[in-house]
Amino acid sequence: MDAPFSSAIAVEALVKLYKGATAVDGISFHLQPGSITGLLGGNGAGKTTTIAMIMGLVTPTSGTVIVLGAHMPKERYRVLHRMNFESPYVDMPMRLTVRQNLSVFAQLYAVADIGERIRSLAADLELTEFLDRPTGKLSAGQKTRVSLAKALLNRPEVLLLDEPTASLDPDTADWVRSRIERYRIENGATVLLASHNMTEVERLCERVIIMKKGRIEDDDTPERLLARYGRQTLEDVFLDVARGRGTQREAPQ
Amino acid sequence: MNRSDAGVDFSINRVAAMVRRYWYLLRSSWPRILDLIYWPTVQMLMWGFLQLYVSQQSGMFARAGGVFIGAVLLWDILFRGQLGFSISFLEEMYAHNLGNLMMSPLRPVEFIAALMIMSVVRLSIGMLPVTLLAIAFFGFNLWSLGVALAAFFLNLILTSWSIGIFVAGLLLRNGMGAESLAWTIMFLFLPLTCVYYPVAVLPSFLQYVAWSLPPTYVFEGMRALLIDQVFRADLMVEAFAFNVVLFAAASFAFVKLLQSARAQGSLLQTGE
Repeated sequence: MDAPFSSAIAVEALVKLYKGATAVDGISFHLQPGSITGLLGGNGAGKTTTIAMIMGLVTPTSGTVIVLGAHMPKERYRVLHRMNFESPYVDMPMRLTVRQNLSVFAQLYAVADIGERIRSLAADLELTEFLDRPTGKLSAGQKTRVSLAKALLNRPEVLLLDEPTASLDPDTADWVRSRIERYRIENGATVLLASHNMTEVERLCERVIIMKKGRIEDDDTPERLLARYGRQTLEDVFLDVARGRGTQREAPQ
Repeated sequence: MNRSDAGVDFSINRVAAMVRRYWYLLRSSWPRILDLIYWPTVQMLMWGFLQLYVSQQSGMFARAGGVFIGAVLLWDILFRGQLGFSISFLEEMYAHNLGNLMMSPLRPVEFIAALMIMSVVRLSIGMLPVTLLAIAFFGFNLWSLGVALAAFFLNLILTSWSIGIFVAGLLLRNGMGAESLAWTIMFLFLPLTCVYYPVAVLPSFLQYVAWSLPPTYVFEGMRALLIDQVFRADLMVEAFAFNVVLFAAASFAFVKLLQSARAQGSLLQTGE
């Protein structure tokens, strides 16, 4: 494993207990700058809690999280302006127009030339015609694009995505994935993507971490996972792990 | 740990962003603006007419011109100041936007500063027309109190912010289960701070409680000014001293409740 401070995200022996219940149980992983990693797991596997600890929103019970060289949550204000996140479970204020929402967040993130940044993102994410419409009047797909625009406003070096295509139709979901992929390639951003969607993870991610009951059950490239489990799709691999049919995880190389 | 790590850096720009966000929200809805004016007007008219009636029956009340209207207007500064702070905070919870804010570079102190500014903005929208109506209907000019009004306002708004900060901490820690406190907590102050009667009316043990609350000094000061034509600066200084203690205690409680919310994962779930 690489040194924690050279990784974009370094998680070491991370534990989170909620009133005696274990949400995250001693997980460790390092993400290289510019990499894209999928965090897979069923409901209650600990994905959202892990992401929340990486963002500094939840304090770990023990263990460490280092993001861009800063210990989270203690030093979060050193790096929060270089990170961003998107989740369908966190809304943008519905009564404000798309432009108002984006300009408020752009100011919070100290984005230079706010007007130009919003225009450019709106063009890229096909939001220009909706800029002056209340966010609450948009469709689910349009709202997801607005949330993605908010997540990309500050050109984050670390982008955390919690089920970014949940409840989207296949066409819109595919469109969102292509934008995420393009952003990472163009900006060299580190992306951590929590998802239930195996197709999404298979398409986007060069590494997959599979969690179950707060622990990491497996961690490898999609190709090696498929080969090792003798499966054609990540969905089958996920089901093998979820139902306890997984092969023993190989020692890290 | 440096100042930035501790989150004590302060950016006017981020405060301005939050104020802009609340201003957009306020101006997007005329019922929200009407609501700011409606109830203070109803209260002022009711107490004004009651005072008019009582003053016609009693010589003492005839001397104490404007004491009820003055009390209700000052009470509204206290009550609406806290409500303005808490409602702006609640808007973030209603909008499920707290996660976005808590994971942004916005510092808690900047968030609180924006809420304080919005409490004054909302209060001004509500109270300015009502003070003008009080002049028109009852000839009671709150603005004529001059320096005394400034001292009353400063002390009342400081108390309202302290309570608002404490309630925001409770909401962060306990979610929407604590919402009703935001609407009702200030009513505990209504009997104890002696808004409409002198402290001497209370039983002696309650008088100790009353004198530990900053608004009591303001309402006593208002009665001294309107009945005896004396501005009690000593009462205002004492109120300010209690306010400093109250504000520090509320800020400390907010920090502890926020730490607890981070530990318990409450910031992830801001529902019931």
